[in-house]
This record gives sequence, C-alpha cells and structure tokens, in this order.
Amino acid sequence: MAEITYREAVAHALTEALDADDRVFIMGEDVGAYGGAYAVTRGMLDKYGPTRIREAPIAESVFAGAGAGAAMGGMRPVVEFMTINFSLLAIDQIVNHATKVRYMSGGQFNAPVIYRAVTGGGAGLAATHSQSLEPWYATLPGIHVVLPSTPYDALGLLREAFAKEDPVLFSEHALLYRLKGEVPDEHYTIPFGAADVKRRGADVTLVAYSRMVHVALDAAQLLAQRGVEAEVIDLRTLRPLDMETVYQSVRKTNRVAVVEEAWRTGGFAAEVAAQIQEACFDDLDGPVARVAGEDVPQPYAANLERASIPSAQKVVDTLAEVVGV
Amino acid sequence: MKVARADSKTELLDLYRHMKLIRVFEEACAQQYMRGKIRGFLHLYIGEEAIAAGAIPLMQPQDYVITHYRDHGHALARGMDPNAAMAELFGRATGSSKGKGGSMHLMDGSVNMMGGYAIVGGQIPLGVGLAMACAHRGDESLVLCFIGDGALNEGEFHEGMNLAAIWNLPIVIFCENNLYGMGAPVSEVLAAKDIYKMAEPYGIPSMQIDGMDVLAVRSAMVEVYEHVRSGKGPYFVEALAYRFRGHSMSDPAEYRHKDEEALWRQRDPVPTFHAYLLGEEGVSEAELDAVDAEVDAQVEAAVEFANASPEPDISELASDIIGS
Ligand SMILES: Cc1ncc(C[n+]2csc(CCOP(=O)(O)OP(=O)(O)O)c2C)c(N)n1
Ligand SMILES: [Mg+2]
Repeated sequence: MAEITYREAVAHALTEALDADDRVFIMGEDVGAYGGAYAVTRGMLDKYGPTRIREAPIAESVFAGAGAGAAMGGMRPVVEFMTINFSLLAIDQIVNHATKVRYMSGGQFNAPVIYRAVTGGGAGLAATHSQSLEPWYATLPGIHVVLPSTPYDALGLLREAFAKEDPVLFSEHALLYRLKGEVPDEHYTIPFGAADVKRRGADVTLVAYSRMVHVALDAAQLLAQRGVEAEVIDLRTLRPLDMETVYQSVRKTNRVAVVEEAWRTGGFAAEVAAQIQEACFDDLDGPVARVAGEDVPQPYAANLERASIPSAQKVVDTLAEVVGV
Repeated sequence: MKVARADSKTELLDLYRHMKLIRVFEEACAQQYMRGKIRGFLHLYIGEEAIAAGAIPLMQPQDYVITHYRDHGHALARGMDPNAAMAELFGRATGSSKGKGGSMHLMDGSVNMMGGYAIVGGQIPLGVGLAMACAHRGDESLVLCFIGDGALNEGEFHEGMNLAAIWNLPIVIFCENNLYGMGAPVSEVLAAKDIYKMAEPYGIPSMQIDGMDVLAVRSAMVEVYEHVRSGKGPYFVEALAYRFRGHSMSDPAEYRHKDEEALWRQRDPVPTFHAYLLGEEGVSEAELDAVDAEVDAQVEAAVEFANASPEPDISELASDIIGS
C-alpha cells in the first residue's frame, strides 16, 4: 500500500502505458516543458522525448482529430485538453468522427484514443472555465465516459482505458488533484460500468460521480449525526452506466437522491433519475431527488460560486424537502 | 496534354479504365437514385475523374486515402470492389460498411480507403493523425487527404496544415477546386486568390495542376509522392476541375452559367483521354471498346449484386458501436 495523490495516480497510469507500449503518446497544449496545465505530465518530456510527449499548438480541433486518426492508424494516443471547456473547439472531431468511425465503417475501423479533460468548477475561474460538460459526452454512443473520484479509481480506471478499443473521455476534476488515497502495490484495474459503493447505509441512497462523491460523503456524515445512514454510490463511468448497483441500493433504502455538479436541466442526474423510476417505481417511498449545479453560468464571486455548486448542506436540505428524509 | 514518364500502353489503358469505371458507376448511381434504390444525399464525381484516376492508383498499399463525401471516385480508384460500393449505396448487408455508412461514408479497410467524411474539413485532422501513424511506422507510407475548395474556409484546414508542417508529417493535402462549394463560387467566399499559395505561410511546397488531364495529375503526383516519401514533409496540391452535375442529386445547379458549363464540358476528361489514346498513343478503337464493355459489365453486375443483396439484419442496428 502506498498513499499517492490523484494527480500522481493519473501520471502513474500514463507512465506505465508509455513504458509498456511504444504506440502510446501524449499530445496536448503545454504537455511538454511546462508539464501540463495541471502538472500531470511534469518530467515526461525529458524521459520520453518530443515525439512521445507532443507539444501541440493551441488548436484543439486538429489535435483531437489527429488523435482519432492516429488511433485509426494503430497508435494509442492520449489527447490532453487543458480543460473540458476547450474541448468545445474540438467537439466536431469527437462527436462526428472519433465516436462514429466504428459504426460508419461497419466495424472495420476504430479509434482507441483517450481524451483527458479536466472538468468541474469551484476554483474562481468563472463561467468559461468552470463547466462540467461530461453529461453532453455521455449522451454519445461510441465513447466511454469516465470520472474518477479517488486516486485508487483514477489509477485503476485509466489503466483500463488503455485496454479499450474505442474513444474514452477520462475527465479529472480540477479540485481533486491534491486528494490523497491508498493504492495497492499489486497491479489492478477497474472495469468500466462498475459503480462503487463508497459508503454503506440502509436509510437513503446518494448517487454521485467525480467530486460530488465527496460532497455526498460529507452529506452522509451530517445525516449520520441525525441517525440516518446514507449509502453513497459512485457511478465512476457514465457510459457504460451501471444502474444495477443503484437499483439494488434503492430497493433496500427506498429513498434516493442523485448529486451532480453539472447543470440541473438535462443533466446526467436527470437520466439516472429517469432510469430509477422506470426500474424501481414500486420500491420508492418518495420522488427521486436531484441535487445539481444551478442553471446559471458559473459566477466569479466566491459566495455566488459556492451557491451555484451542490454542497453537503444542500444535499441534506433537498432530501428533507423532496424525499422527506 | 503532358505525357508522363514511361507510360506503357497497358498503364495508359488502366488510367482510362479507372476514369471510365468511375464515370459509368456514377451514371448508374444517378439512375438508381431516380429509381429510389439509393437514398439520402448523392454527390457525383462526374467531371472530376481524372483526379482520382491520376493520383490514387500510383499509391502503395500501405498508404492511406481519406476524403470528403464526394467519395465514390476515390474509393473505386483505390480498388474498392464496385459490388461492395454499390451495395453500400443501396443500404445492403453486403455493402462495404454493411449499409451503415452510405454514399458519403465509403470505407474499405482492405485497401486503406479510410473513408469519406461528410463534415466539411473534418477529414483533415484525421488525415494528419493517420500521417502520424505512418511516421511512427517508418515504412515510407503516406496519406493522401482530399478536400474540396469549401474546406479551405474551415479552421481545420489551417490547423491541419500547421500541424502537418510543424511535425513534418507524410501527408498530401489535395484540394479539388471545382470552383464552387454547394452554390457558393470560390471567388466570393475565399479571400485568397491563388489557392495553391495558401500553403506558403506554412512552408509547405505546393502546386496547381490541371485536374481535367489525367496525365498531368499523374506526373505531378509522381513528384509529390517522391517528395513526401523521402521524409521532406507535407505537400499541398490544388487541382482545377469541374463537376458536371449539381452539388448533389437535388441540385439543378441554376447558379452556374450555361456557357461556363459548356466550356468545361469541352474538356471532359474521359472523352478527351479517349481521343488522345486513339490519336497520339496508337491505341486502337477495339482496345478502348473492350475496356468500355468490361466496365459496363462490371457496373451492371454491381447493380445486380446490390439489388439481389439482403438488407442488413435488424441486429446490426446496435452492433459496431463499441468494441471490447
Ligand atoms: C461543416 C459543414 N458545413 C456545411 C456542410 C454542408 N455542405 C455539404 S457539402 C458543402 C459544400 C462543400 O463544397 P466543397 O468543399 O467545395 O466540395 P465539393 O462539393 O465542391 O466537392 C456544404 C456547405 C457540411 N456538410 N459540413
Ligand atoms: Mg467545391
């Protein structure tokens, strides 16, 4: 067992892959000498050289598409978007090309490219740099959408991403990089489509992913003070989506809230809530609640920003209001 | 007409066969579209055959071709089976993509035909990435990436030229300048006057060629491929050509002047080359007739094959989305 940070976990999986397979290369803005905007690729240029750590111009569309094209040609590219907000300049390449070639070619071609994109808000960066756009990508057939919440999950899931034959969006939360956690010394991977019960409880289910898992865990602490035991489920991957683990929990607790940082309207919580009511209608003692990002551009001022993002208190309040917990 | 080096009669007849196959195939497509056998958008390559025939058969098997949605000619010249191509257009199980791609997305992995792409400019980043894979393999393979003049206005063109240049990638970006986007004349929507000179600021060598003359295309591409294969980086080619039909089957092309059309039709690459082979190369009428008959039979067989093929099984709806 070793304690490492979330950042180190991501870097570790990347380094392993670069060492194991010469078809793996990293491409993105400032991934070279600068070491990556979030310092994930620090030191890699010296170790692997400029053809494996490709310093790309600020031209998201072409390097995202080149990642897909190189993957179609047999390479194993990792494309780093400085943040998910900038992936919007490349969305055509992801939506119309990387995720379509397998289908449109009738299975002849595939594009196993890993898109890393920092997601989430809360860092005082205001509306253009604070978005959680992963639900958009999760609507797309033909891509895996992965959002680790811990160093353990980040390492296991990113290792798994390299074994995939199709595009992966691997989205790291900006505020989690310094989070520490235990990882075993032995090699392990985490399959996609396997939600993880991060806390056991019999009274209410909280479903979350990425940083909101920690908010849900904090909410569970508050609830526990009142003698309410919450079960916290981390989806870990939005596509493929493991609803079975959620259903099992809901059948036990009969009460559920879905917590996410993305906008409430049309967010991923809406999808999870819809599926829960389809599958567990008779098990529910109340409506499926959503605690989501406010439907506003993320503001700059600290108090306004705080108000726009779900907090543990908001989870507790929503449960009281909507679910009657 | 410029004569290419060391062209044997067989090679010349092959060039003619490639052009003629595309022409007859496209005419059959138009017919089958009218009969409701082909759905969606159908963009014909009629008038531009000399480009595909001149540029593609010269390539090596390990090279890649990637292109836009007006892709039948490129696919056929690359060696895609006309049966599989026609069946794809018919949306049949025997199509190259099992009927899932259609006319605008012809793909055939067996000949490294990496596809038609229907988002203008979208194939450029993919082509650049394929060139990265070529460079990694170090086998002197290259990418031939076709774009229309319309794609010059997309950011992806400029981003792609820049990336190809800074990373010295083995790619030919080949602009088929047929003077129009859908209805927009190049002169109205593009500030650059000389398209081939758009490569200059990127330090990419370029040339403008006559896309109606198959031998001119061919001899230019011999040089271009030599350059790229020798590790000297990307090349940009502008070929002037004209599509004889509307943009797609639903376009009567009323925005074009009839005189302009007539002028270009005089230069129709297929009969022009036919006449050249007869007059200058000592090819006999009988030899050309034999090619015509062969091609007609091939296309007829392709239509029959497509017609007789089953629709894809409904299980195909949700297959080929994600692998293991
Ligand atoms: C990004 C994008 N915008 C618009 C369209 C619609 N569209 C399809 S073809 C076309 C014209 C393209 O012209 P050009 O690149 O010159 O190719 P040509 O059809 O002349 O071969 C347009 C506007 C599209 N397919 N993709
Ligand atoms: Mg055009």
